[in-house]
Amino acid sequence: MIVSPMDQPTVFDEPLEAEPPAPLPRRVAYRHRLPTRLWHWVNALTVFVMLMSGLMIFNAHPHLYWGKFGANFDHPWLTFSGRPIPGWATIPSNYNLAAARRWHLAFAWLLSIGLILFLVTSLINRHAQRDLAPTREEVRPSHVWRDIREHARLRFPTGDAALRYNILQKFSYVAVISILLPLMIFTGLAMSPAMNAAWPWLLDIFGGRQSARSIHFICAMLLLAFIVVHLVMVFLAGPINEIGSMITGRFRVPPQREEA
Amino acid sequence: MIDRRRFIATGASGLLLGGCDRLNDSPGFRGVLRSAEKLTMASQRLISPRDALAREYGESDMSPIFRSNGTRMPGGDEYARHVAEQFANWRLIVDGLVARPLSIPLKTLRSIPHRVQITRHDCVEGWSAIGKWHGLELSRILNHAGLSTRAKYIVFHCADRFGDKPYYESIDLIDAFHPQTIIAWGMNGHLLPVPNGAPLRLRVERQLGYKQAKYIQRIQAVDNLASVYAGKGGYWEDNADYEWYAGI
Repeated sequence: MIVSPMDQPTVFDEPLEAEPPAPLPRRVAYRHRLPTRLWHWVNALTVFVMLMSGLMIFNAHPHLYWGKFGANFDHPWLTFSGRPIPGWATIPSNYNLAAARRWHLAFAWLLSIGLILFLVTSLINRHAQRDLAPTREEVRPSHVWRDIREHARLRFPTGDAALRYNILQKFSYVAVISILLPLMIFTGLAMSPAMNAAWPWLLDIFGGRQSARSIHFICAMLLLAFIVVHLVMVFLAGPINEIGSMITGRFRVPPQREEA
Repeated sequence: MIDRRRFIATGASGLLLGGCDRLNDSPGFRGVLRSAEKLTMASQRLISPRDALAREYGESDMSPIFRSNGTRMPGGDEYARHVAEQFANWRLIVDGLVARPLSIPLKTLRSIPHRVQITRHDCVEGWSAIGKWHGLELSRILNHAGLSTRAKYIVFHCADRFGDKPYYESIDLIDAFHPQTIIAWGMNGHLLPVPNGAPLRLRVERQLGYKQAKYIQRIQAVDNLASVYAGKGGYWEDNADYEWYAGI
């Protein structure tokens, strides 16, 4: 999920033989470090399982409420009849609440431990400060606006700029890492009656168990939206190079475009 | 081309899903997932003080209607007779690994000073309802019966059946001796209604709804769960593969 550049890319001047029409050998840079790549693929699996098992759990009571309680006689803010999520989108594909919970609560450990390890590693190796934190220059409205226009025209960064996050990437990655994923985990814990006894503040920060459940669902949908946009961007930017760099770490740098 | 792409996409999602379903059918993989649930229970127990209390709410927080779930009316002539008699002859049996097996008339249970708690009931399906419960601490009943040091679990035998199988549930001694674990005979200021488990039900406030056994006839202290019915500690655990520990 994370596309992480090194601040000092190692340059491999390997000529590429596989592409006969290429006029010039393209520069290959080391873009993603091992912790980032590992976490990316663990999450790709984990989030996929958690979303689909979560949707199966949602099928058990597809009504969402605000507040401390909420059941059939109360007023939902979102409600469906029957079992709204089709089998192709759930784990398991048939209705099985016990199995879905088992998948969900087991992979929740992977998600939580992975996030903690990634955060600690990224602070220690300064990935967070160097690559993820927006600079003062980048957050200026004019810069953000230019990046939005570039995205809208599907003009992707070239040259050294392709080895760094652009500001929209930084915003979305930081939002996912520091807001959405922690919210998923803490709202999940807030739904546990045992956790409510151990950490009663969980209920207070989210405004009650049913509010926590609603926020859990909303964050899951935002995460799904992020994944969709992320995959679209990967495919538009060149899936083989992008996915390859997330496996090996090495990225073929697109040649510098003439500045328009 | 499009068709081929669609074919590949459908095939890929089918493989992934089929893979998940196949994994789900594999006892080995289920065992791996199950070990994560053991980790969850161990972690929750580790960070929870033994007597950490579930949140107790105020009157204004209560659900306007407290829905019932599962059995709404146990079948059988015997239970019907108890309903007709307004449970005047209902007794709570306490036996198993206890020094003094008991048979407590419902009247006696209701006449002892009791605990009142407004707590939240969370169904495994996701909904919650807040209600007021009136009942006797399970710890007092167990102390009165003189629990053996060999006892590790408390089993609740119920008057309702699902199909041909009786409902039952079990908890360990940490939850059994928790101050909010009560044998409730009243709800929201009245005697317990039939759909909510009349005349006696369990409240074990740090776990999900399916642990809150209704229509309790007998409390049995045991040293292991393997010998009770199918051995997994509860009706849903035996028949639908639910987790015995329902703290999350």
